[in-house]
Amino acid sequence: MTAACPACVELPPSATVPVPARADLVLHLPDIHCAACIASVERTLGAEPGVREARVNLSLRRVFVSAAGVEPEALIDALAAAGHRAQRLDAAPARDTGSRDLLMRMGVAGFAMMNVMLLSVAVWSGAAEATAHLFHLISAAIALPAVAFSGRPFFASALSALRAGRLNMDVPISLAILLAAGVSFFGALVGAERPGWFDAALALTFFLLIGRYLDHAGRRAARSAAADLAALEAPQAIRLEGQGERVVRAADLAAGDLIRVRPGDRLPADGVVEAGASDLDRAALTGETQPCAVAPGGAVAAGEVNLSGPLTVRVTHAGRDTSLARLAEMVATAESQRSRHSGLADRAAAIYAPLVHILGAAAFIAWFWATRDGMRSLDVAISVLVITCPCALGLAVPAVSTVTTARLFRQGLLVKSRTALERLAEVDMVVFDKTGTLTTGEARLRDPADLEALALAAGLARGSAHPYSRAICAAAAEEGVTPAALEEVTEIPGSGVEGLWQGARVRLGRPAWLGLSGEGVALSHGAGAPALFTFEETLRPEAAEAVAAIRASGRDVALLSGDAPAAVARVAEALGIEAAEAGFSPQDKADWLSARAAEGRRTLMVGDGLNDTGALTVAHASLAPASALDAARSAADVVLLSGRLDRIAPMLATARGATARMRQNIALAGAYNIVAVPLALVGLATPFLAALAMSASSVTVSLNAIRGGR
Amino acid sequence: MNVLVILIPVSVTLGLAGLGAFVWSLRARQYEDPEGSRARILDDRWDDEPRP
Repeated sequence: MTAACPACVELPPSATVPVPARADLVLHLPDIHCAACIASVERTLGAEPGVREARVNLSLRRVFVSAAGVEPEALIDALAAAGHRAQRLDAAPARDTGSRDLLMRMGVAGFAMMNVMLLSVAVWSGAAEATAHLFHLISAAIALPAVAFSGRPFFASALSALRAGRLNMDVPISLAILLAAGVSFFGALVGAERPGWFDAALALTFFLLIGRYLDHAGRRAARSAAADLAALEAPQAIRLEGQGERVVRAADLAAGDLIRVRPGDRLPADGVVEAGASDLDRAALTGETQPCAVAPGGAVAAGEVNLSGPLTVRVTHAGRDTSLARLAEMVATAESQRSRHSGLADRAAAIYAPLVHILGAAAFIAWFWATRDGMRSLDVAISVLVITCPCALGLAVPAVSTVTTARLFRQGLLVKSRTALERLAEVDMVVFDKTGTLTTGEARLRDPADLEALALAAGLARGSAHPYSRAICAAAAEEGVTPAALEEVTEIPGSGVEGLWQGARVRLGRPAWLGLSGEGVALSHGAGAPALFTFEETLRPEAAEAVAAIRASGRDVALLSGDAPAAVARVAEALGIEAAEAGFSPQDKADWLSARAAEGRRTLMVGDGLNDTGALTVAHASLAPASALDAARSAADVVLLSGRLDRIAPMLATARGATARMRQNIALAGAYNIVAVPLALVGLATPFLAALAMSASSVTVSLNAIRGGR
Repeated sequence: MNVLVILIPVSVTLGLAGLGAFVWSLRARQYEDPEGSRARILDDRWDDEPRP
């Protein structure tokens, strides 16, 4: 075999497979960031048997794999060996065709606008008679199909609004586009001398499509980031079957299944303990930091974390029926029923849309009454509609929010809601949850005075994963105490640890087990009364600074917690928060926020647990750390991806700046109208003037949005 | 003004060619991964044997 190019002969057969039209498997790669990562991921996956093609998308941080009969786990392991973290994304998401569709319409409108504009320049600069007539006809031939294609999103939205008996911004837009194109077409047919409105109709469509596209792209980015977050903790369960254990998705569990829950795992379903004893961390559900013990027969709920011993659980409710899912659903319904804050753009549109119609109609009637010339009156009405049409208004808000959310995203903040920026800007009070938000949720030993007892306790605690055991070991290491050497250390799940020390039996565990009362952990070492260790929570290192920064910006700070008063008071004191409320149920939190709202305060709720979701939805704006429970994250407007609280104060400042920029933009767009509308009403607005005003205002507004946007 | 008979079809054809190129680039998914495209320039895997 001979070939002209030696490289062609050496082409591996797999390389001839075209880019996969549909990916069989989508993996999320949170850490990739450069060309070398792309090459390494694609090479690693390409070497796996069964993989036909792997294509990395760096913008989405995903890899689309086209493969047959390959388990995602095998690919994830291969990637881990190559040093890349990967998670499976739930079923290949339907490819988003919306933004491509908008881009296409934008391209067509842009092409047609520029060509028609060239022809119009000739007409404006004095072409007349046959030439002008010919140019009008050519413009019509280009513009009519382009308008019909590009304007579809507006026409469809206007039609559905009209069907529902409402007026939205797309109604005047569609009316202006259709009237301008229709009247100009009629003018071109009869050979009118007046210049047509084709370029205006197309420019309108083009600029509005840019705004629409920015809006769409912003929302798509937020959606895909939210999907990645959800994939981070795709809940899995270990199901006990006849022949052994099998890892299944939590959603596939059914009532009656037996599952095994290892220490450290989050419970995937509601159920009853069949065998084993352990402690459960219910902080995510109740906000309480004290672990509570469970024994066979005890009820457990999805979302709790198993701490000390393996449990075998008989599932009673799984998937969407778990109390966790039901609560989350209730929150979602409550949210959709709540009348959402209407954004600046919506409010501007609500004033604007009727005004445009009234002005247009008034211009037509007044001119018809004065001149009895239908065509001339219609022309004036169109010029009013075209000039007032909210081209710059359509760009004003999306352009600013695109620039700002992109900037916040680079700082580790994911803005999920469209109106979140505007609501954040109004916040005058920041309300924190305690557990998991201001604190890390990890325990820390309080004043370890008795070093001998500490050494003994550390010796016992060494093998245990219980948070208090870890805290004891950490304290011992900090004090420079060597853990005592013990024999026969055994963990008694649900109670504590025991072992032999110099022939004596020593025990470390819950106080009740050792005949004491109180919180914390007790140590009995044969002789003497048992010693009691007490714990406090570790504050996040940046919490104090973050709270101080928020206060410095003139906003109040409050703390709401479901935990015991003593624990809450300690944290409040350490951070200098005066308004601290303890022992709050989820409903109390929501009520407290509603009461503040009634006083006219605009609150930002920061919380991570299920007990916060109610509060997150009630608050004026809400924020959840990325470590939060799924339900809390979906209820929140903003997700703190970096988990750093000191981003909150700058975020509020950025939001305020962005909102000011949006108002500026709306004012700028309005200013053009104030100049141009009177001209249009008296019939002086030519298509040339309209095109100039429209382009100039759109460009000014866009530039104002990008200004300083780094 | 007779030159218009030639010039107008020429200009419209050129415009259509531009539109065609845009549609082609859209179909070839050139706007789906702007960051990736930026990084892939530095990729030397296909230097010797162009990717089909």
